[in-house]
Amino acid sequence: MRYAVRIDVTHLPGVLDPAGATVERALPALGYDNVSEVSIAKTIRLALDADSEAAARTQVDEMCHQLLANPVIERYTVELTEAVAEVSS
Amino acid sequence: MSVNVGVVLFPGTNCELDVVRAVEQLGADATLLWHGDESVGGCDAVVVPGGFAHGDYLRTGAIARFSPVMRAVSVFAADGGPVVGICNGFQVLTEAGLLPGALQKNAGLRFLCQTAELRVETSRSVLTGLAVPGSVLRVPINHFEGNYVCDPDTLRRLRDDDRVVVRYVDNPNGSLDDIAGIANEAGNVVGLMPHPERASDPLLGSDDGIVLLRSLLAAAGQPASPFGTEPAPPFGTEPSLSG
Repeated sequence: MRYAVRIDVTHLPGVLDPAGATVERALPALGYDNVSEVSIAKTIRLALDADSEAAARTQVDEMCHQLLANPVIERYTVELTEAVAEVSS
Repeated sequence: MSVNVGVVLFPGTNCELDVVRAVEQLGADATLLWHGDESVGGCDAVVVPGGFAHGDYLRTGAIARFSPVMRAVSVFAADGGPVVGICNGFQVLTEAGLLPGALQKNAGLRFLCQTAELRVETSRSVLTGLAVPGSVLRVPINHFEGNYVCDPDTLRRLRDDDRVVVRYVDNPNGSLDDIAGIANEAGNVVGLMPHPERASDPLLGSDDGIVLLRSLLAAAGQPASPFGTEPAPPFGTEPSLSG
């Protein structure tokens, strides 16, 4: 089975997000003075072939721990959906 | 025989020749270690220099840590070999798990390129064995992600175990507890953001980095673990296996 995986890597609370902070300061200049908690994060998309959704999730977690996120300063969320099978004509 | 310093070269490293020149000027030999190398080639010390290893893609140091040479550096470090990561090299060592914590973006969102004053906090590390605790060194910094961060337990251990090696006198980047450099538990692995190799000649505006590089060369010239609680025995006094 092929799964479409979307991983969002965001800063842990308390870790500086200077890009988010800069955008948050810029928005009021356009009149949007009701915006707060701006966060600029990374999105990683990939396709994964696995026997089951559980196996796919386990592997994604392993990949996040080893490479895709640094648990000292980041956290991540995973969205995983069955990819539509490619139909050859 | 003079000490041989292995200087690790990743694609995107750009401070390797500065390190080579600085240690050669002090009488040591230097060997470039390519990131694909499977060993540290019998070197007496390893420096992971500054730059932008693997383009800093994903995170600084995140890809570099998986290079074959880093496995060899980890083994070398575990055996007590002196390892120093400078700037991007510090970031690589934290990603590799050889040092705790991480380097996040500078507070203030500025790339900093300036001379920093560092206070030597301990002589119990391969980088500060010859330095005087309390002394202040003028050494350049050149980084965007130099803002050290770690969890409270790690910070407590770093302080309690005398592992904060150098602190900024005037914190330029928001670094936790003014930390500019730290060591592992044994003191043989050190990471710091400032560049001692760029303060290795009066022509460069400061030669305060020499005491740090000399300390590294001195540690490299000794048998493993010169910072144990007991001093290393003088040469020739080891008990003989043959009785």
